[in-house]
Amino acid sequence: MTGKPAFLPARWTAAAAIAAGAFVATPAVQAQEKVLRAVMHADVRTLDPFWTTQTIAGIHGMIVYDTLFGNDEDGRAHPQMVGKYTVSEDRKTYDFTLRDGLKFHDGSPVATKDVVASLRRWAARDPVGQRLFSFTDKLEAIDDKSFRLVLKEPYSMVLESLGKSGTSVPIIMREKEALTDPNTQITEVVGSGPFKFAKEQWVPGSKTVYLKNADYVPRPGNEPPSSFAGSKVPKVDRLELVWIADPQTAMSALVNGEIDFYEAPSIDFLPILAKARGVKLMKTGKIDSTFGLIRLNHLHPPFDNVKARQAMYYLVNQEDFLRAIVGDSEYYTVCHALIVCGSALGNDAGSEMMKEYNPKKALQLFKEAGYKGEPITVLQATDHVTITPATQVLVQAMREAGLNVDAQAMDWGSVVSRRAKKEPPAQGGWNIFVTTSGTVGGSNPILHTWIGAACDKGLFGWPCDAEVEKLRSAYGFAHTDEEKMKVARDLQKRAIEQVVYVPFGQWTQPIAYRADRIDGIVPNTGLPVFWNIGKK
Amino acid sequence: MGAYVLRRLLATIPVMVVVAVFVFFLLRLAPGDPAAIIAGEDATAEAIAAVRAKLGLDRPVIEQFALWLYGLAQGDLGVSIFSNLPVTRLIAQRLEPTLALTLSTLIVAVCLAIPMGVLAAWKARGLADRLVMAFAVMGFAMPTFLVGYGLIFIFSVKLGWLPVQGYRPIAQGFWPFVETLILPSVALGIAYMALIARITRASMLEVLSEDYIRTANSKGLATGRVLMLHALKNASVPIVTVIGIGIALLISGVVITETVFNIPGLGRLTVDAVLKRDYPIVQGLILVFAGAKVAVNLLIDLSYAALDPRIRY
Repeated sequence: MTGKPAFLPARWTAAAAIAAGAFVATPAVQAQEKVLRAVMHADVRTLDPFWTTQTIAGIHGMIVYDTLFGNDEDGRAHPQMVGKYTVSEDRKTYDFTLRDGLKFHDGSPVATKDVVASLRRWAARDPVGQRLFSFTDKLEAIDDKSFRLVLKEPYSMVLESLGKSGTSVPIIMREKEALTDPNTQITEVVGSGPFKFAKEQWVPGSKTVYLKNADYVPRPGNEPPSSFAGSKVPKVDRLELVWIADPQTAMSALVNGEIDFYEAPSIDFLPILAKARGVKLMKTGKIDSTFGLIRLNHLHPPFDNVKARQAMYYLVNQEDFLRAIVGDSEYYTVCHALIVCGSALGNDAGSEMMKEYNPKKALQLFKEAGYKGEPITVLQATDHVTITPATQVLVQAMREAGLNVDAQAMDWGSVVSRRAKKEPPAQGGWNIFVTTSGTVGGSNPILHTWIGAACDKGLFGWPCDAEVEKLRSAYGFAHTDEEKMKVARDLQKRAIEQVVYVPFGQWTQPIAYRADRIDGIVPNTGLPVFWNIGKK
Repeated sequence: MGAYVLRRLLATIPVMVVVAVFVFFLLRLAPGDPAAIIAGEDATAEAIAAVRAKLGLDRPVIEQFALWLYGLAQGDLGVSIFSNLPVTRLIAQRLEPTLALTLSTLIVAVCLAIPMGVLAAWKARGLADRLVMAFAVMGFAMPTFLVGYGLIFIFSVKLGWLPVQGYRPIAQGFWPFVETLILPSVALGIAYMALIARITRASMLEVLSEDYIRTANSKGLATGRVLMLHALKNASVPIVTVIGIGIALLISGVVITETVFNIPGLGRLTVDAVLKRDYPIVQGLILVFAGAKVAVNLLIDLSYAALDPRIRY
């Protein structure tokens, strides 16, 4: 009789086989293969881009899956999987037809049943999808290649929502996976995008491998790439997203030619990388990549009073924050606005209050709000490359103004957990935390979740203002550029008055790459784009 | 001897149980919430609560503990909260790099440190002794990451002799395997070498002043024979003890070295899991580390009998 010993559980024999296999069966990369090695800002740990809003999961999703539309660098939607589409005169009915040749990585054709199921799963998790579906009357497959979206009202953001980039992108997965409960992670990754996920070579915390999808049919006409729009052409045989936790090691690996692409080099290392032979730095797009924000808890004193919230504007000198975070003024922008400066809707409505640094005035406003020296609890992250110095600058400014600051030091993971608590600060809650967000979302009132004021349904801090929410909704029904700008200005003015958050500037995160080894990089604000990159 | 080994093995069971209980509850008491990390930056409190419920993290801690113990009794360490992969598989994936790094460090350190310690004792208060002791003080004082960055800068970035980072399994060839281990082994091994060299010197100095060494010398035995055969063998018990203690130090050193040299081993897995609050991985790893520590201690104890015939169990 043969077989494994009965006392050894099957999972341990499997684990032993993996450990042993590592010694003998790891496939060597074939010499002739074109391999693109990229170090990202984080490691791919979860495979379901709907299950989490982590940016790295969105990057993984865009590599493996495809989208119906792709937004270009100006945020305008262009068909991607969709071949043609029509919009009815009343702007309530959208008919879409998938283009020819779309196949999943298992060889099965992409059908509209997959599209409908995927969009439903996306909308169950993503606020942009939820908003779109709140205006949707019907989403139905007409046949295998055509489907129809019928709206209750002429919502103007249909195509931009379907082409959304950033996190929780509406990617199309097989119906089989798309029917999984949105709160449960999928286990199979079978997309129809330009690269296939090599699950057997995936080592979470170390390396994620993708292989070229030789069956991928790019959009015809060789459309020039712009952000997620244009023809996607996979040009390397193998894409490896390598996770190097230590920024100094990652920088050295790039200089030494062990990697080709470094998504987020530390700002401190940019002068070294700029001088390194074969290495180039590239700004990621037309606008800065990140903005910083100070979030106040509207549920508890003193920030349940609008005067105390407005007082915080007078304690923020953006230059102080940006110098501490970025240092080099080439990479940052002072921005006294809530809608990202430099974006199509960037404007200065309501910004006067933010421009004056005046601690005395701030203290006066705090007193008018009834503040009598009670401790203000600040969640102070100690391990974040930008949030940590920004919080230190804020705490110092508050103390210098005469406020009683209770800065509670903790790692970022603890801040993420603690900020969800609605209890008063003395019972484990909080008054202030600092965070950052991507400018792609911050450029558009619908995608800009931090500008919302949806009370209990909103983000941590829970600002509550019906007018702000009304204006956000109104943006969805503005059809011309003039109408959109007017709503954006009104929204920003109101949101600044109510202090949904206090901005402390925006900055760009350049990428670094080996210009002597790769070409075809498309500058893109938000997520990096790996198709169209070739190896020399 | 057999009864002793059995007794020691049985004694590990309560140790492992205490470790398991301690780790489980300590992790749950620590701040941080994996559901909040999974749900992401823009998630609402409701979305986080939904993820928490789906992961079973909203259940009473005692219930979670009972479920974990039940799995553990069947050899199941659970599934990673983030990657959804079995913890046993994740640990198995990372075992080879850590074993390779630990063994290579051990070989480098022991092979260099013992001769250095013997030399220092033999030439006590001479130049060689002072050089070895200076090295020992510096080696112990310099943080591993600093040594690592220095080695990377010189041997990888400037000279281009060795890779900056990564790990190649031995299946991809012996030289690629070795070249990725040289710098990390040296970086990790320096502090370890310093410790062993100092203990070897101290232990040898004590033995070298014994009457039987004087007798051996007066008989005209060769110096090497006196040092290596008569002195070192009798000085070896404290040296072996410190090597054993050093293996525990190696486990913590591996975490830093694996990060600096980007080696996908158990140390990196531990740090990443702690930062992400991936409870099942942390629990599984600590059990594995505790088991390794118990096993090393047992081996060290058994080696005493082999080195010193007077010691019997």
